[in-house]
Amino acid sequence: MADILQLLVAGLATGAIYALVAIGFTLLWQTSQTINFAQGEFVMLPAFFVLIGTGYFGLSFWPAVALATVVSVVVLGLLFKRLIVDPMMRHGVLPLVIATIGLAIFFKEAVREFYGADAQPFPPVVAATEVTVFGVTLALQSLVVLAISIAAVVALQLFLSGTRTGRCMQACAQNPTVARLLGIPVERMILYTFLINAALVTLASILITPIYLAKFTNGEWLGLYAFIAAIIGGFNQVRGAIVGGLLLGVIDNFAAAYLSSQYRMAIPLLILIVVVLVRPQGLLGRIEERTV
Amino acid sequence: MGRSQLGLALATLMLFAGGASAADVKLVYIGEISGSIAVSGGNFRDGIILAVEEINAAGGILKEKIALSQLDTQTNPGVARSQTQKAIDGDPYVVLGPIFSGNVKATMQMLQQAEIPHLIGGEAGELTALGDRYLFRTSFGQQIGMPKIANYIRDELKAKTVALIWVNNDFGKGGRDNLLKQLAERNIKLVADVSTESGQVDFAADVVKLKAANADAVFVYSNEEECARIMREARKQGLKGPFVGDTTLLSQKTIELAGDAANGVQGHVGLTADAPIPAVAEFTAKFQKRFNYKPDHNGIKGYTAVYAVKYVTEKKLGKFDRKAFAQTMHGLTITPQDEPAILIETTWDNTGEIDRISFLAEVVAGQQKITKILPKLGK
Repeated sequence: MADILQLLVAGLATGAIYALVAIGFTLLWQTSQTINFAQGEFVMLPAFFVLIGTGYFGLSFWPAVALATVVSVVVLGLLFKRLIVDPMMRHGVLPLVIATIGLAIFFKEAVREFYGADAQPFPPVVAATEVTVFGVTLALQSLVVLAISIAAVVALQLFLSGTRTGRCMQACAQNPTVARLLGIPVERMILYTFLINAALVTLASILITPIYLAKFTNGEWLGLYAFIAAIIGGFNQVRGAIVGGLLLGVIDNFAAAYLSSQYRMAIPLLILIVVVLVRPQGLLGRIEERTV
Repeated sequence: MGRSQLGLALATLMLFAGGASAADVKLVYIGEISGSIAVSGGNFRDGIILAVEEINAAGGILKEKIALSQLDTQTNPGVARSQTQKAIDGDPYVVLGPIFSGNVKATMQMLQQAEIPHLIGGEAGELTALGDRYLFRTSFGQQIGMPKIANYIRDELKAKTVALIWVNNDFGKGGRDNLLKQLAERNIKLVADVSTESGQVDFAADVVKLKAANADAVFVYSNEEECARIMREARKQGLKGPFVGDTTLLSQKTIELAGDAANGVQGHVGLTADAPIPAVAEFTAKFQKRFNYKPDHNGIKGYTAVYAVKYVTEKKLGKFDRKAFAQTMHGLTITPQDEPAILIETTWDNTGEIDRISFLAEVVAGQQKITKILPKLGK
């Protein structure tokens, strides 16, 4: 029983990270029809911004995190939108997808070239100790990651549904033409989405890198898992991304523990295939229709 | 353009094209500069670079400067094979690397057929049992290290049960197979046998399995990055040790990546920058000054490999002859008196297997502390 609870908490913690990243996928898709295949590298980069802040500028951890957050929001939010998305969007979704794949390769190789191919240690948000909950020993780091991720998601939901700006963003996602007619500055709302995505990936990076170490290849598997989570949950629903991420994290952990570590990657892919065949809109997604 | 002008242009191009002059001796490093074993490959490469710089500054080998090329296998056997073919086409004197045992297995036959001596960093036990007369190790094979660590588990830790976590590649499989044999011979029961993947980042499920086994000792056998992640996860989940390993678990890079999580791990190390030997300490200081980080055992392997090439070529052969080089290496012992930069007396047997003193160590306050020196197996 203790093992199951420990696996569940560890799986939820990992799944919460997938959820944060998957939310970024769904937000970008909903507001601007952007599929960002560099999303994994977007999570990899902020950790290196922090390491540059501590290593080269001599900042302590939290000021380096603050600086990395600002840099990430500017580079991965504002500049990404202005320099990559806006010019490519005119040509359609596919060229934009290919551009983001190229961007992913660029980021990965740039980090390898200018920072190094080796993994780097990364300071944890909390100490690696355990706590006892209902008689079961659980890792404090996992609980903190889960708690912070839940708080971030709740804050995002409150923002989207409880503020004027958030409701405007939702309106743009549902129907940008009508939103424009109503006087909503659609372009600005789309920009906010990109900035929120950049903030979310930065948060995911700070939470996950202490456990997985900072390495230029981290984005490959993280982007893939987050993408699978978004599809399983529903690519056009933020709630779907959350459910997909948490589900994937738990299933992956239990599969590794009770089936096989060797084939752990196969299980999420099998689930993906089943969902695409049986319920292509995802578990919580909306069926999208187009009028011709 | 007239003929004379064309000839002048061609001559100018040839002057600036390529790094090696006709009189240089070509060494090629085929190694894991990127990919999951980049930590080891980078250390090995830097050890080579330091040695090459020193040797060239002193005049080279038989008055010829070393022209070193580096080819990245990306820790991928397919890429390793194509890089090896590229190396062979360049007609090198000796090839150094790879370090990843899977890449060694994928490329050794090519180098053997080309009759090019190769000094490898791989430690999988079977590599020297495949009849390659041109292959020579730069560190112990697992069949040398595992009996030593098994004795330690039995005699010092007095453990009756062991939980094993290992990486599922040639290096890990070879180590696991060797260890299981040694444990069985000593009546030590294996109560968990957890296989993991190279490059794996999430070890939560694996550590839960280790916890459930409730063993007297936990043996961790993986590459440096994965060892660090395993130790971090183990400490996070409160897995009780003692944690034991061979070389990679106690390496400098593992200690750096694992941080406090590495404190208390124990094990056998074939080579270490913390060895209580003045020549090793001097090498470590030089390496640290040159590259701004402390080397691990792979740095020593790369460094001593180049000096072994120099010693054999200058002192034993007096010429560049690949076949004679390989023949001379079999049964050769190089002492620090013969060649100071060999650091520790080293012997190669007829299979290319290496023999040296080795060490038992423990990580204390982020540093590897040698607790015992173990003698050479032979002599």
